[in-house]
Amino acid sequence: MKFTLKIWRQKNVTEKGEMVSYDVSDISPDSSFFEMLDTLNQQLIMTGGDPVSFDHDCREGICGTCSLYINGRPHGPVKGVTTCQLHMRSFTSGSTIQIEPWRAKAFPVISDLIVDRSAFDSIIQAGGYVSVNTGGVPDANTIPVPKERSDAAFDAASCIGCGACVAACSNAAAMLFIGAKVSHLSQLPQGKVEATKRVLKMVARMDELGFGNCSNTYACEAECPKGISVANIARMNRGFIGAKLFSEKEKIIKESL
Amino acid sequence: MTRLNAGIPEGPLAGKWTAYKSGCKLVNPSNKRKLDIIVIGTGLAGASAAASLGELGYKVKVFCYQDTPRRAHSIAAQGGINAAKNYPNDGDSAYRLFYDTIKGGDYRAREANVYRLAEVSNQIIDLCVAQGVPFARDYGGLLANRSFGGAQVSRTFYARGQTGQQLLLGAYSALSRQIAAGNVTLFNRRDVLDTVLVDGKARGIIARNLVTGEIERHAAHAVVLANGGYGNVFFLSTNAMGSNVTPAWSAYKKGAMFANPSFTQIHPTCIPVHGDAQSKLTLMSESLRNDGRIWVPARKKDVEKLRAQSIKPSDIPEGDRDYYLERRYPAFGNLVPRDVASRAAKERCDAGFGVGRTGVAVYLDFADAIKRKGHDTIDALYGNLFQMYEQIVAESPYETPMMIYPAVHYTMGGLWVDYNLMTTIPGLYAIGECNFSDHGANRLGASALMQGLADGYFVLPYTIGNYLAAEIHTPRFDTAAPEFTVAAEAVSDRLNQMKNSGGKESVDHFHRRLGKIMWEYCGMARNDAGLTEALYLITELRHEYSRGVRIPGALDEYNPELEKACRVADFIELGELMVRDAQQRKESCGGHFREEYQTSEGEALRNDEKFAFVAGWEYRGREVAAGLHREELQFNEIKLSQRSYK
Amino acid sequence: MALAGLFLVTFLSVHLGINLMLLKNDGGRAFTEAATFMGTNPVIKVFEIVLFGGFLLHIIFGLMVSVQNKAARPAPYACSNSSDTSLFSKYMFHTGIILFIFLVLHFFDFYFIKVGLVAPPQGIAIHDFYQRSLLLFSTPWYSLLYIVSFIVLGIHLNHAIQSAFQTLGWNHSKYMDAVKVTGSTFSVAIAVGFSLVPIYILLFLK
Repeated sequence: MKFTLKIWRQKNVTEKGEMVSYDVSDISPDSSFFEMLDTLNQQLIMTGGDPVSFDHDCREGICGTCSLYINGRPHGPVKGVTTCQLHMRSFTSGSTIQIEPWRAKAFPVISDLIVDRSAFDSIIQAGGYVSVNTGGVPDANTIPVPKERSDAAFDAASCIGCGACVAACSNAAAMLFIGAKVSHLSQLPQGKVEATKRVLKMVARMDELGFGNCSNTYACEAECPKGISVANIARMNRGFIGAKLFSEKEKIIKESL
Repeated sequence: MTRLNAGIPEGPLAGKWTAYKSGCKLVNPSNKRKLDIIVIGTGLAGASAAASLGELGYKVKVFCYQDTPRRAHSIAAQGGINAAKNYPNDGDSAYRLFYDTIKGGDYRAREANVYRLAEVSNQIIDLCVAQGVPFARDYGGLLANRSFGGAQVSRTFYARGQTGQQLLLGAYSALSRQIAAGNVTLFNRRDVLDTVLVDGKARGIIARNLVTGEIERHAAHAVVLANGGYGNVFFLSTNAMGSNVTPAWSAYKKGAMFANPSFTQIHPTCIPVHGDAQSKLTLMSESLRNDGRIWVPARKKDVEKLRAQSIKPSDIPEGDRDYYLERRYPAFGNLVPRDVASRAAKERCDAGFGVGRTGVAVYLDFADAIKRKGHDTIDALYGNLFQMYEQIVAESPYETPMMIYPAVHYTMGGLWVDYNLMTTIPGLYAIGECNFSDHGANRLGASALMQGLADGYFVLPYTIGNYLAAEIHTPRFDTAAPEFTVAAEAVSDRLNQMKNSGGKESVDHFHRRLGKIMWEYCGMARNDAGLTEALYLITELRHEYSRGVRIPGALDEYNPELEKACRVADFIELGELMVRDAQQRKESCGGHFREEYQTSEGEALRNDEKFAFVAGWEYRGREVAAGLHREELQFNEIKLSQRSYK
Repeated sequence: MALAGLFLVTFLSVHLGINLMLLKNDGGRAFTEAATFMGTNPVIKVFEIVLFGGFLLHIIFGLMVSVQNKAARPAPYACSNSSDTSLFSKYMFHTGIILFIFLVLHFFDFYFIKVGLVAPPQGIAIHDFYQRSLLLFSTPWYSLLYIVSFIVLGIHLNHAIQSAFQTLGWNHSKYMDAVKVTGSTFSVAIAVGFSLVPIYILLFLK
């Protein structure tokens, strides 16, 4: 197979970038999208060019490193997969493929197709955890958790933090990412203890970081490689409104931020 | 005289760890905040260690090459995590877990370490649940267990097929909490390129900021390596693209001994290689072997027709199929341990019975299981795996058998550590997959996650205090000290040299070649002649590499080719050491199979009299062969016996 | 914004109810009575202020959110988004602007006349909304404009109603489908209901 690639090239965070066109040929339909880009890079290295930088690591769809916006869709045209699990057989030979980095104020471009997603770390640091220390915890079977509840928590917890939700959202909102973490923890008895504080702190941090607002277009859900439901956003909203309206602790939390 | 003293506490096996904890030195809280610790790697071991040390009050700096700690490759572990909880009441105990681990490792692991691992395994589950890890549960709301990797008890806790991910996210959340609290500082997108020693003790590291290219110096009172395994020495493996040996290798070159480097685990159920552009292999969970039957055609004629695609696998009648695992191992059948299953697949493919376009694959057939259990049951059990397979191969396992082939998966070898998890360099620790300690010559399924978390949460926080108690009067270090300057300049020189070697071939070109050599001669089956050949080829490759690699871009910018170049340079040197180790070990054990040492039926033949030791290798210089030190293994609790799965 | 929006939905229902009285073949008696009641009752007067507040809040929040959202992605994509989402959900701001323009026009035609800011057309009393409506809807282009505006409102509401439930966290797997269906039905009802008046007038009263 052969393709024309239009790829965003940008030297570093300060310099301006542009779309540059490349041709690749002799690509096996069984190749993954990254193996196709590997081929392009080998070509560029051998001809004295500068290889294209892109983020990738596990190449089996679980680490969440990969982050390409392909033909107007995060992780490309196939539903429910990350870029690394995308194969060239999903494209027609001879077509043009547009490849861009995630675009969001909170995700500045570092180099070519690589963006800085440390904003997500910052949000988790604001409260995406249960405050327990190593040791000194009760036996694992002390608190039973209804299976359905535990399964729902798992569904939310399967987020890989890739940022496709932000990339797809017309407002570059991070609500699905935060909703998933808030939902995961608040549905378990272990996480419920800090649920109020958690949702307020995480949402406050999200606002600070410059993500947009949710207008419920559900592009995030449509593009999430792990199929995380927007019901998690509603659950977070419910927790947030409840915390704002009824929590006496809000003032204390505000001061601690 | 051997330099390898494991420092195992006196007393009966079951009481050793308790005795150690009662007797070890402590650091008081006001002194802990004056002590700095560097942790390299944020997988299960690194993240759990950094979080726990931060909670204790030490000032921790944690490094990872990824953009965030949550992406470390522990995340890809599918199956589960073992613990001796005995919730199912099926007779499990710490002793039994210990016993199974030693036996599974083919008697090449240290008893005291393994017993401690089994002992703390239960605490890991408790902690993870408290952190909010959503383990699978039964309808009663309590935790579910399954039997894994042929174990006779159900001791594996799991979270669908994403146990590694959920455990890592638990450790990552604990780490994030400590970062927010200011106890841990995160340095992401950093490659750690050297270890700095001051007066013989590990006191810091040299790192390269992958975004700016800046060479950074970081000092601490102790350094903890948790940089994972080195399976990428084979180029194609199930490891992440960035997984590397560099931090451990730099420590090795500074005097830390490297133990049992040739012990690598080849996982039997991976998706086969599709072609030359292949960059990475994908594992399919071992659980598939519970219901899938492995076979190849019994007749060469059928093999040819299959490759020419003139017939489909289902056209081959039952009588013309060779269910070789069931044939050779009637007792265990398709559930033999990983090393045995892998070698058997290689044997069939080498004999010319392999299937698929390339001829290096075997069938894993679910037709019988679907008939017996029904489509829906199989879907509930393996639906997500089937989907994943179909996504990659574009064939549905419901309709045609899966094709699988073994692939490099885990490395049991690693830096030599004593009972404290300290390497032969004082103040330098190695935890998780990057040390050698607990799995002997073969790792059991669902034990890697257990070991990573045991080291990080429950072992290192005690043992490192025992060392640091003597360091409370050591002031913080100045990174302008000559030792740091020398190390930083050496790193810069090395990068410059590599960048300006003026070569013509890309890094991947050399990496692929190295992988082929390793896979061919130091993979599933090894022999003396092949290893000698490999040694020659690798030495040649190393020389070519030093003047033949082309690295585009500049040193002071984001430069993935430069990153790879450093990693591959170390892999080439490591490859050489692996071959030496494999050559030295004139026996077959676990993942190490020497063709000269097998029973008449083709099974691995151990030599306990001569080789019941850990091989610790000492670096002696670039062009000098490494020196071998032996740590004799003492088996006081367990009687050594030959594994049999007939 | 969601709460203000839902409040406006209740206003729309009342408004539609009164408008539909125009269809009653009684020479506009019922409609005029209702309009007079709405125009003179002191409780309604208070609610009128609340209603203006609702509009204002909805519009101000809408603008603020849109500005923030724009700022959240300073560099646009070269290839526009083709994610699988409902087409109109992305254009709430645009439909909102159209509705705002309609609202201003509508005020000139009715409300401003009522409060005396604008003089009524010749021959029509200040409070005679019935005759005023007949006159306006007899003009086909005006009726068309009116109908188009309400189709836009329907589209706006179709996304808005379930979206408001989602934003307020009133989401339950058991009821969410019902909410969506009810929301869509209501949106169609509003669009059709309001459009019935000009159609009726054009067809039968002209």
